[in-house]
Amino acid sequence: MQTNIKERMWAGVKAISPILLGVIPFAMIVGVFAVDAGLTQLEGIGMTAIVYAGASQLAAIQMLVERSALPVLILTVWVINLRFLLYSASLGEHFKDLSLGWKLLFSYLITDQGFAVSVVEFEENKEKPGKRYFYLGASLIMWLVFFLATGVGVLVGASVPASWNLDFAFPLSFMGLVVPTLKDRPAILAGLIAGTLTTLAVGIPYNLGLPISVLAGIGFGMLLEKLEQK
Amino acid sequence: MNIWLLFIILGIGNFLLRYSFVYLFGKVELTDTARRALRFVPPTVLLSLIMPAILRHQGQLDLTLDNPRFYAGLIAGLVAYKTKSVLFTLVVGMGLLYLLQNLL
Repeated sequence: MQTNIKERMWAGVKAISPILLGVIPFAMIVGVFAVDAGLTQLEGIGMTAIVYAGASQLAAIQMLVERSALPVLILTVWVINLRFLLYSASLGEHFKDLSLGWKLLFSYLITDQGFAVSVVEFEENKEKPGKRYFYLGASLIMWLVFFLATGVGVLVGASVPASWNLDFAFPLSFMGLVVPTLKDRPAILAGLIAGTLTTLAVGIPYNLGLPISVLAGIGFGMLLEKLEQK
Repeated sequence: MNIWLLFIILGIGNFLLRYSFVYLFGKVELTDTARRALRFVPPTVLLSLIMPAILRHQGQLDLTLDNPRFYAGLIAGLVAYKTKSVLFTLVVGMGLLYLLQNLL
């Protein structure tokens, strides 16, 4: 293998670094939230290591606090993470020659952020060898930063008073993430429909409001897209 | 349920979503319809998490001045739109919330 492994991994680290600035406060909030909700510190970081999908972790913690039915909690987490299917399909082509072990590791490490920088790189430098090392560098530093920042969050979590309203950081931190996804009219309207439905769906039993609203929003978006194409 | 068991169930599901088409590459393709549907997952999910947290106050829809989160959230949303920065959005949103709570 002629590829300079270190150099390619480092390129991945550099590419993802600006995004990590936003990941740090977000992951800390996940940690703070976990201990606020009554999880132990070990459970807080264990959740990050095992579940490893921040937005869905926050939703899960909130549903634990609200004592939602567990099947609905599980369904909600999986619906939130359906987007991984798309990343998996896109990255699968680049991972096709890897051994099973690497495929498993690379899959576990899939994140919005690691995916975002890798597809840009793979698109811009189609022929450049060592794609896997670029992805690995970006994704490992992402994992490490997410894990450590969650750790800081669980350590300081218990000492954060309720009057700080830290739970408000939860929607705020998603705002920076949602903006790039609202790139055309069908996406914007689908998102607004789903958000409005979830907001109004207070009375829906078992907290099924979110998964149902998301599916309705997706259906609406697809319909709108089809109409606009005509 | 044991909390660790719950994490493991969630983690297995997440892993299978991530591994799905890495495993299936060359065997099964994601259909165009599925791709088109999945593209709407991030905006619908994220706004479903954001909007209730801002618009609902003490359990119900509240767009009045009694709900400082609505105004702080609205302006933070504009900041997010302009800067695309999670950090800036957090600072402005949290700052405004404190300000509004202490003024109103």
